[in-house]
Amino acid sequence: MANSNPSAAQAGHQVGRSLPRLEAREKVTGRAEYTHLMQLPGMLHAKIFRSTVAHGRIKSVDTSEARKSPGVYGVYTGDDIRKVIPDPYYGPAFHDQPILAIDKVHFVGEPVAVVLATDPHIADQAVQQIVADYEELPAVFDEVEAAANKVLVHDELKPAGTFADLKHLKGRKGTNIALDFRLRRGDVDKAFISAAQVFEHTFRTQKVLHMALEPYASIADYRDDGVTVHSGAQGPSFVRTEIARLLGWPENRVRVKVPYLGGGYGGKLYIKMEALAVALSMLARRPVKVALTMEEQFYTITKHPSTFRIKSGLDKDGKIVARKCEVWWNGGAYADVGPRVTQKSGFTASGPYDIDNVSIDSYALYTNLTPAGALRGFGIPQLVWAYESHTDMIARALNRDPLEFRKQNLLREGRPQATGTILKDAAIEKVLDRIAERLNWKQQFDHGQGVVRRGRGLAIALKAVISPTTSVAIVNIAGDGSTTLYCGTVDMGQGSDTAMAQMVGEVLDMPAESVRVVPRDTDVTPYDMGTLGSRSLFHMGHAVRLAAEEARDKIAALRRELGEPAGSNAPLGDLFRKKYGMQAGNIVGTGIYKPDYIPPDGSGLTTNATPFWMVAGSGVELEVDTETGLVRITRLINVADVGKPINPKIVETQLSGASLMQLGFSMFEKMHLDGGQITNASLADYKIPGINDVPPVMQNETVDTTQENGPFGAKGVGELATFGVSPAIANAIDDAIGVRLTELPLTAEAVLRALRAKDNKPLGEE
Amino acid sequence: MSTAVRTINFTLNGTPVTADVKAHHNVVEMLQTQFALTGARESCGQGLCGCCTVLVDGRAVSGCLYLAVFLDRADVVTVESLAASGRLDPVQEAFIECGAFQCGYCTPGFILMAKALLEQTNDPDDEQIRDYLAGNLCRCAAYPEIVNAVKLAARKNKAGSTGSS
Repeated sequence: MANSNPSAAQAGHQVGRSLPRLEAREKVTGRAEYTHLMQLPGMLHAKIFRSTVAHGRIKSVDTSEARKSPGVYGVYTGDDIRKVIPDPYYGPAFHDQPILAIDKVHFVGEPVAVVLATDPHIADQAVQQIVADYEELPAVFDEVEAAANKVLVHDELKPAGTFADLKHLKGRKGTNIALDFRLRRGDVDKAFISAAQVFEHTFRTQKVLHMALEPYASIADYRDDGVTVHSGAQGPSFVRTEIARLLGWPENRVRVKVPYLGGGYGGKLYIKMEALAVALSMLARRPVKVALTMEEQFYTITKHPSTFRIKSGLDKDGKIVARKCEVWWNGGAYADVGPRVTQKSGFTASGPYDIDNVSIDSYALYTNLTPAGALRGFGIPQLVWAYESHTDMIARALNRDPLEFRKQNLLREGRPQATGTILKDAAIEKVLDRIAERLNWKQQFDHGQGVVRRGRGLAIALKAVISPTTSVAIVNIAGDGSTTLYCGTVDMGQGSDTAMAQMVGEVLDMPAESVRVVPRDTDVTPYDMGTLGSRSLFHMGHAVRLAAEEARDKIAALRRELGEPAGSNAPLGDLFRKKYGMQAGNIVGTGIYKPDYIPPDGSGLTTNATPFWMVAGSGVELEVDTETGLVRITRLINVADVGKPINPKIVETQLSGASLMQLGFSMFEKMHLDGGQITNASLADYKIPGINDVPPVMQNETVDTTQENGPFGAKGVGELATFGVSPAIANAIDDAIGVRLTELPLTAEAVLRALRAKDNKPLGEE
Repeated sequence: MSTAVRTINFTLNGTPVTADVKAHHNVVEMLQTQFALTGARESCGQGLCGCCTVLVDGRAVSGCLYLAVFLDRADVVTVESLAASGRLDPVQEAFIECGAFQCGYCTPGFILMAKALLEQTNDPDDEQIRDYLAGNLCRCAAYPEIVNAVKLAARKNKAGSTGSS
């Protein structure tokens, strides 16, 4: 294979290389391992019978016909699960999700029963013979309605012990609110009274899903003295802890192995199919594979739909003096990590602006829909959609240039962000300026004439990376000097194995290609909080750096011990041979990293909300066909502050891919819901971006910055380019045709309806 | 669901093979369970994403919809054939050099389609590439890099055929 960067392939200077992914050969030859493709000897296939009602009491589940099918090994319901796991509820924030439904179902598609068979087709057919009878209950689907607590999804809240600040919710009844985050800064009511102008808008986002091309899959092999779980999981350590808790076992009897992931995007976080696979393997006493179909992904986890009411008060000079944010997050039937989305995104709900008086209320709500969790941004794309649309609407109302209006109000280095944490290493203005430069913002823009009109727009965003979280890494040098890295960060396409190897190589002065990165296996790879929220490069990066530095120090000590002259660069293998008389021994370095963090007080304020700020934005040029409403994006620019890139090429592809994913969420992706039923649960009816959806001109770049407390000056990337895309497009549509869309997606129909409404010629309802 | 088993004979990556298949078995399932080949993999199950692409008698088909029984006497090529000798195909090299994948799940499908395209057209332009690959989906959205990779592969093929590489 030709090396794209041969001059840097020499030892040293490993950071900053555009090295192709270490696992590239495995992937292009079709040999890379994914859980969905794995088979174990004696394995049974599980097929799931799912609820057809959104909310109901289970009156009966008749599995008798299914059991009679030849080849069926067993049929199981929630009652069977309870025989092996007495309290079978799981979840990262709340222990609210049953492995199989117990007493009630809470959303359409909830797993109710399972058939096991050696042949998946037999299991599939037997599932069709199961009959369930429900007493249907009133259901609630809309997040704002859910907040009124007229229909209750759960009788009682069950927070997990994982997060100390949720404990007060334990046993709470009569509410759908799983968490309310509250921030109060300054005196927002007073500031609104004295404001020269006040603007208020409401924005909504739709239900969309991750739709990784490798659907969810877990295989469990339970033995009386331990269980091995193979899983497409973004957080092997969390899976281990949670399975151990469910079984009442010490963690070291649970082994979680994670090969490559065929996409994750937040969907495969925490625990998904793992608990079901383990319970079934306990019942069957055989290895069990739970591998979902594409359709079933619609019933597993989605992004949070949201409603965001945002109100801003401005003084006579156009300075924003007050901002009130109310955000309702539609968390679906089980909390998953919704409370964390609610709180952590709540920190920055008021945007990258310097506002003295801020009030934020962010509510995580239960509804009778597929649960919602993290999707490439932990809620930030929903917030940016609202606050950057709102920003443009104000600028237009004031007849101000949207760029200049932003620049007047931008949060700058050294100033307190809404939480009170001082902004540091967050190149907000630099990123914004670069987008504007790329768009030639200062130059006259041709808006076109006749049927096709042109517009341009931009948006800028700020995120506080989730904190506090811990990563641990081990670097192990063998007797011949070859080096192995043990790290639990899951490579799901973001190139983490490669970036981590580059950091090891940098410290130990060896080519990154020569570093072996051990695939995630909790029997050997140490703890990591999870591959999420763009945290890994920073947190695990530090742990890897520290581990490599410890190994480096031990090598130096060994050289001294062996009487090597100062400055000697005798090969490592020679040192080991000298020390042990043969090729033997190891040098092991470990690194543990956990940043400082101060939890928010009762007013949501803290002087240390995050170890690093994430900054990114997008610029868009587009054409709108005023006869059809069709929008064609002609140019998409993504600019981000990633500190010093560890691997510039991978950074660029991450920015590009993230923005194109968000382009799908912006323009057409939507789970259509009818009384809680998903009516387009297939790839035929739910369109994701294809090769023809790529704008003809795309530019992805980073600004020249250094994250001072980051490993080698770097910080996270994965989510960044999702942030600004949706509002930049809506702002450009407004620029082109003077209509404002406040709900995603921005379909041709939505554009045309808005245009016709503006012209007093509204289209009829569907 | 019929339980009748039929024995089929076909060529798999250049080697004559036989397989016992049931009427409802698709190509992907047969390749995975009987030949331990996982390069073609099912994702959408509807022939819409291209992850399951295999070449049958030189034609790209969706292995999740194509029934295994129809392979009798066919010539079947999967991604595993491309580097059978241990040396990567120019298309594979180009995908690596251009960073034309992230998670890699859809990659074998794209590579086989690119290979089929380059056999028809040795120097495709962007539009031809997009048209030909429009039936393959990549959720990581490495599309710009994929287009670049196909163009690089075309250049590599050209250099290879003139012996100047």
